[in-house]
Amino acid sequence: MTTASYVGIEVEVNEEGFFTDPSAWREEMAPIIAKEMGIDELTDEHWQVIRFVRDRYLQTGGGPSVRVLGKTSGVAVKDLYRLFPKGPAKQAAKIAGIPKPVGCI
Amino acid sequence: MTDYIQKISIIVSQGSLEGIYPGLIMANGARSEGIEANLFFTFFGLDAINKSRQDHIKLSSVGNPGLHFPTWLGGFPGVSKIMTQYMESKMEKLDIPPIPEFIEMISDTGAGLYACKASVDLFGMSKDDFIDQLDGIITVGDFYQLASGGQMLFT
Repeated sequence: MTTASYVGIEVEVNEEGFFTDPSAWREEMAPIIAKEMGIDELTDEHWQVIRFVRDRYLQTGGGPSVRVLGKTSGVAVKDLYRLFPKGPAKQAAKIAGIPKPVGCI
Repeated sequence: MTDYIQKISIIVSQGSLEGIYPGLIMANGARSEGIEANLFFTFFGLDAINKSRQDHIKLSSVGNPGLHFPTWLGGFPGVSKIMTQYMESKMEKLDIPPIPEFIEMISDTGAGLYACKASVDLFGMSKDDFIDQLDGIITVGDFYQLASGGQMLFT
């Protein structure tokens, strides 16, 4: 296990940089994590997705797939990839401080 | 230099349910990891992007030892249909979309969808036979050029 430091707070992350303890996450950390992945600015659209995946994780214990995001987050699959070019489910989960979603779809 | 795969080109050559899904799952999975992906449909794989056929893709119930029942049974009328419906219901539970929706979604992820020109000519098809998401009917040579700098998968 490694640690990362965001807004002066040490958090535990796995080898891919996903939070191991989602309760350690703060909203102020999101833009910094995003920047590390090449997303320079978090727009309202980004936040809509980030909040959605985090809520979903807190309710179900798992991050949603791209298919589920496209159908229920209010942002279409095409736009999800525009916002998170390196994979919406994975990138949004990392920015939202939740574990990497499992599943192949 | 990085150890990660950056780009993948996947050839779908079969027209059965079990022949089409693996390529689609690999392409979608690549995009969800941020990997560039192109799909090339050839021979019977063209059915996956054929407007009137993509919604009627069947599991092969004959000559498919993986089903673990006798070949003579698989040949009975309706067996392929029943097995297909059974597989589809199991896949839906696992969040795997039906083929038409899956292909539309894969196109929306930014993956390229291409039809093999030789096969399109062979089956006497034309652009109008295919879904709107198709990015082009191209030659093998064109596809190799598109695939340049990446890995290739034949399914």
